[in-house]
Amino acid sequence: MSQVLHTPPPTSTADDDDLAALAARHGLTVSGARPTLPQYVRELWARRHFIAAFSTAKLTSQYSQAKLGQVWQVMTPLLNAAVYYFIFGVLLDTKRSVPDYIPFLVTGVFIWTFTQSSILTGTRAISGNLGLVRALHFPRAALPISFCLQQLQQLLFSMCALVVILLCFGIPVSFSWFLAIPVLVLQFTFNTGIAMIMARLGSKTPDIAQLMPFVLRTWMYISGVMWSIDKLTKQHDDLPSWVAPALKANPPAVYIDLMRYSLIDSFHASQLPPHVWALAVGWALLAGVCGFIYFWKAEETYGRG
Amino acid sequence: MAEYTEEFADGITDRMTDQAADQTSRSDIPTVVADSVDIVYRVNGTSGGRGSATAALNRMLRRKQADQASGVRKVHAVRNVSFVAYKGEAIGLIGTNGSGKSTLLKAVAGLLPVENGRIYTDGQPSLLGVNAALMSDLTGERNVYLGGLAMGMSREEIKERYDDIVDFSGINEKGDFITLPMRTYSSGMGARLRFSIAAAKDHDVLLIDEALATGDAAFRKRSEQRIRELRKHAGTVFLVSHNNKTIRDTCDRVLWLERGVLRMDGPTEDVLAEYEAFTGDKTDKTAKPKAKPKPKPAAVTA
Repeated sequence: MSQVLHTPPPTSTADDDDLAALAARHGLTVSGARPTLPQYVRELWARRHFIAAFSTAKLTSQYSQAKLGQVWQVMTPLLNAAVYYFIFGVLLDTKRSVPDYIPFLVTGVFIWTFTQSSILTGTRAISGNLGLVRALHFPRAALPISFCLQQLQQLLFSMCALVVILLCFGIPVSFSWFLAIPVLVLQFTFNTGIAMIMARLGSKTPDIAQLMPFVLRTWMYISGVMWSIDKLTKQHDDLPSWVAPALKANPPAVYIDLMRYSLIDSFHASQLPPHVWALAVGWALLAGVCGFIYFWKAEETYGRG
Repeated sequence: MAEYTEEFADGITDRMTDQAADQTSRSDIPTVVADSVDIVYRVNGTSGGRGSATAALNRMLRRKQADQASGVRKVHAVRNVSFVAYKGEAIGLIGTNGSGKSTLLKAVAGLLPVENGRIYTDGQPSLLGVNAALMSDLTGERNVYLGGLAMGMSREEIKERYDDIVDFSGINEKGDFITLPMRTYSSGMGARLRFSIAAAKDHDVLLIDEALATGDAAFRKRSEQRIRELRKHAGTVFLVSHNNKTIRDTCDRVLWLERGVLRMDGPTEDVLAEYEAFTGDKTDKTAKPKAKPKPKPAAVTA
């Protein structure tokens, strides 16, 4: 298979030790070796401006060819919510059992879309940017992080639209709206962790990118995006007792319900699972730390032919 | 050919000291040491014309046992290459297409893992090329910042050099083009801006992959000038090029790779003479004066 079999290889075993010694004497380091974890964190911090600039650049270039330009940042999530309203609100009539159904639905769709698109772009963060990985030297974690940051910026546009919707439907402005900020921080950490895990998997096996839409759609339907998990489990008494807590402890469901709790007055604390903030912090730390370490472990192998 | 390998085996260090005597610009501080480097690419899905779906299934089921049988092909791109590069050197990499020049360069930059052997470097060598980081939908101005940040420059550094970068590229010579999206640039303009961004940073070890082949004659001259400057600041410059004239003008030492094997390593003139004999460039040269008057009679008959 090799193209070079018929060329006699030079025999240079004699000076191997000399070269290594020469390198050691002048303090040269091995090229392309994986940095230690603290070193890696420092390198990543030094590249924070690149991470921010890269995500903003991706965001603005996304709709730059469209006639409506940046208006699509707000239009796309609204159209998404309209489709789900038509199917679940009108056709399946979920709205009768949930108060303030439209704010409930739109919050769910926006928060879920944040997690979903972070994971999807994270899966392709390395495999879709091989040119960049092979041309420049930077901590590779900058890629999944900046893609998640791009999704966060996109969500902030959606949140502006959400505020307008909330006001239109007569939801009162309250101090609990500020709770949205810690929720977003925690969800961003969770998303980035998962995106880094998926980025490593996707760089080894690009086929995963083909599977992810199906996995994510299933995940969406069990995360209570369009219906209330609370109502559903109360309607079906025959379900095993572990189903309701399990559905509610599912990370996207935790973040979605916390956001609804902060924004919508008719969504009560009784609908949240017990220890909900501990759950939210726990999921964020677990995914964030494990994802980061898992991604770093393969740092030197990204971009291999 | 046996001659070169033998000479090679005798020890690079001897030749290094010979060269040091000729050239005053070079110091004895090594910046890149390649120690019997092997680089192997693995390519999926090359098991010939048969249905590749079955081959893929086969590959997944018998992952470890039979790399070869299941259609993973190994391409041994670089074989047992050793060399030492010193501070102040400009080293040309030559060889016919597919002989492993770019692969070796990427490995020195730490962007491709080596199969066997080691590459030691002083600091972080960087490849001259920011193309992948730039976005065609953004303006030239934003791309200058994006490219600079991608290469690891700070915002202040870029701000400081912004005017130099734009002036060097000559993008604004024919109007205010820097505020237009890069997709509206001609390919020459785009290439000039890319080179200008990439060359804005001072590198310890600089690796250039045929970047000089872009732009018009005037820009090319400026690029070569800039390479010489970078060399003064940088220490060591590696240049991959198929243009022997560029190699002659910028390099004082040449590595000749052929089929992944380091075939010759020495002063530019010696290696290029052998290389030209190998590729048949010499015959072209002698044919050139004869070829020149040819268009004349053609024009007369037409």
